[in-house]
Amino acid sequence: MSFLEVENLTLRIARGPRILRAVSLGVDQGEVRGLVGESGAGKSMIGKAILGTLPRAIQVVSGRISLDGTDLQTLPARERRRRIGAQVALIPQDPLTALNPVRRVGPQITNRLVDILGWDRSRAEARARELLDEVHIPDPDRVMRSYPHELSGGMRQRILIASAFAAEPKLIIADEPTTALDVTVQKQILRLIKEMQDRHNTALLFVTHDLGVVSKICQSLTVLYAGKVIEDTDTRSFFAAPGHPYSQALLHATPKYTDPEDSLTPVPQHVIDAVEAEVTDFDKGLGA
Amino acid sequence: MRDARSRVRRPIGLRLWLSGGWITLLIIGAVLAPLIAPHDPLYQDLFAGRMPPVWVDGADPNFLLGTDSLGRDVLSRILYGARLALTVALVAGTLTCLIGATLGLIAGYYRGWVDMVISRLVDIWMAFPPVLFAILLIAVLGTGLTSIIIAIVVIDWTRFARVVRAEAMTQGTMDYVASAQVVGRTKAGTMFAEILPNVLPTIVALLTLEMGIAVIVEAILSFVNLSISTDAPTWGGMIAEGRTSVHQAWWVLVFPLITLFLTVLSFSQLGEGLKDYFDPVLR
Amino acid sequence: MSGMIYEIRDLRLSFPDMAHKPVFGAAPQIEVLKGLSFDVPKGEVLGIVGGSGSGKSTLGRAMIRLLEPDSGTIRFEGTDITHADEPALRPLRRRFQMIFQDPMSSLNPRRRVGGIIAGPLRLQGVQDTSAKVLEALDMVGLPRSFAARYPHELSGGQRQRVGIARAIALRPDFILADEIVSGLDVSSQAQVLNLLEELVRELGLTLAFISHDLSVIRRLCSRIIVMYRGEIVENAPTAQVFDAPQADYTRELLQAIPLPDPDQIWA
Repeated sequence: MSFLEVENLTLRIARGPRILRAVSLGVDQGEVRGLVGESGAGKSMIGKAILGTLPRAIQVVSGRISLDGTDLQTLPARERRRRIGAQVALIPQDPLTALNPVRRVGPQITNRLVDILGWDRSRAEARARELLDEVHIPDPDRVMRSYPHELSGGMRQRILIASAFAAEPKLIIADEPTTALDVTVQKQILRLIKEMQDRHNTALLFVTHDLGVVSKICQSLTVLYAGKVIEDTDTRSFFAAPGHPYSQALLHATPKYTDPEDSLTPVPQHVIDAVEAEVTDFDKGLGA
Repeated sequence: MRDARSRVRRPIGLRLWLSGGWITLLIIGAVLAPLIAPHDPLYQDLFAGRMPPVWVDGADPNFLLGTDSLGRDVLSRILYGARLALTVALVAGTLTCLIGATLGLIAGYYRGWVDMVISRLVDIWMAFPPVLFAILLIAVLGTGLTSIIIAIVVIDWTRFARVVRAEAMTQGTMDYVASAQVVGRTKAGTMFAEILPNVLPTIVALLTLEMGIAVIVEAILSFVNLSISTDAPTWGGMIAEGRTSVHQAWWVLVFPLITLFLTVLSFSQLGEGLKDYFDPVLR
Repeated sequence: MSGMIYEIRDLRLSFPDMAHKPVFGAAPQIEVLKGLSFDVPKGEVLGIVGGSGSGKSTLGRAMIRLLEPDSGTIRFEGTDITHADEPALRPLRRRFQMIFQDPMSSLNPRRRVGGIIAGPLRLQGVQDTSAKVLEALDMVGLPRSFAARYPHELSGGQRQRVGIARAIALRPDFILADEIVSGLDVSSQAQVLNLLEELVRELGLTLAFISHDLSVIRRLCSRIIVMYRGEIVENAPTAQVFDAPQADYTRELLQAIPLPDPDQIWA
């Protein structure tokens, strides 16, 4: 039994098409699982479903999400919110919009501790300082007094990482946390996330479109296409030999400067047709 | 790749039908007022004063919505009042829009000193309290339809100028504007061919909103007797009159008030509805 | 020397720094391009690489004169265009074109694809635009029926093809591509790069390809300029940049790229 269990999750846009198709996946304590797919594959929706922040227009058709063996649907709404707040945290994609521009950084980290865990302010502040130190931010006191626009993109992302780990969550969902950053900064941030995850033994669901990033920090991965799980495997065997033709094609399309002839190959049309047919068959099976 | 968004279509709004329907009805009523109004709106019959609407006891079936204290037919007066209200709405709204939007577009797209001049002018203009400004203007220009229209245009062009300027500024930073420059389109050409179509839905929404505001301003001026001649039927005048006898004859106040309310609401809803309807981009 | 599309010497450009503007007086200037010099020979595919804030996009926009440099010279096919005004640039504009990073913002959302591609043609007085539009759609591998669609009805990769079609429709000598694959999925990324490779070969284009990502341009580019904080730190043939990089920053960039390979040493 993994810490996070998603079973047969199906979502649809109200009166519209399905966006997730019976998705199942699990993340263990201490495991980093990559959730890979192209835009529109529904990978961000899984994170939103776990956090309970799905847009109103999206309906849960079926499926179960459980944390630590507790099915979230069985809990009353207030208890469910409390439990998600205490056990799950998010590292968002855009470090610029994720921080409130008119408030200083310090309170934005401590509020979470005060509100969710009921800590008193001085204890929360001490913890925030400790966390900023953990994510290698020099001079935490100065940074806590700063406004977001006074800090660089990489620095802001470090703050969001610190704030995600603040309340000692059991599960962290990272939604493309390095897409907006330069490669050199991305490298530092990925290492930092991995280091923090190791130290806190957190379960980490890492949403990304970049197989290069997956190979660097994930132990296992789930590949999605059009909201359907195409492959679910461990990283080593995936990069040695992907099991599904679509995953293979995706790997060959990924840039690899050390092997220019065997990378950046467009996904062949017959592979797309085949995987589309799988999705259509799935929908037929459900009578849609 | 499957893209779920492109398959979702928004239904055509009910509000577009309702608001458009009411405005259409009103326009027909105003245009055909001489043919369909059951009575002369100015004809007084003191013996038929304060007759209630037909569904109330003691009514005269000749007066559908009753009569006022001078025995004038409320329905006929509302219909004739609509002529003035709609004229003001259309003419004042359109003129305000043309002047304000043009200045806003130029300021927002050309920036620089042109923007400085227009923006400062807007700032200074907005420092005047609008209602006092209107009353002052009417006092100088004298009452009458033209004066009302001029007053509305002079006061309200700043609303268009401000909003359109902001929108044109946003659009001006988009790459499609740079790409027009790359292929050698002139500055003015870019403004009309690229920026204007993207600002148009905002302008349309503002225009109909402005028409609603024009109707209110006209009603306010009539209410304080600064509109056209006193006995000509205006909604504002009717409301002012009805107010004095609201306990004896509520209908004299309520029917023009409802008409005014529905008209203003419809104009603003029509704008929002049209904006969505003409927008090829589903936001 | 002839055979050069661009000759750029000591190019400098600065922007006012509004964040540090005093209450009274002018804002201080930030120098974004700090004296760049390089040539672009005809037929070359030049990669311009750098992180955010390196000045690579500013350089691109100065080259096609969307921005006016402070000093230095830009010669396009021998003509000095450094400070040329719009009327003087207009006849040259059909010869250098640009493909933008974000096709959603660079395609007017209120125009159909056909109109978007035809716009530049009409402006430059080309007859029979509709035939040219269809031809351009063919060349970028989009169905002709797409001429009647709006940009928001297309996928990201398709939109970027429209951007390419608009740029090539005038048959320019030079195209600037600014981060045109960075917003795309890997599968469309590969398609767009392949298409560009093909077009360069078929039309004999000279291309400058701006990117923050070294890994996508190895096959496409023949020479690479690496920029760091407004300066050129490396200007060398592609193979040399990848196999024997001279600048520390180039090495750092290369080492930071996460290869899709769990065995890569990523220290």
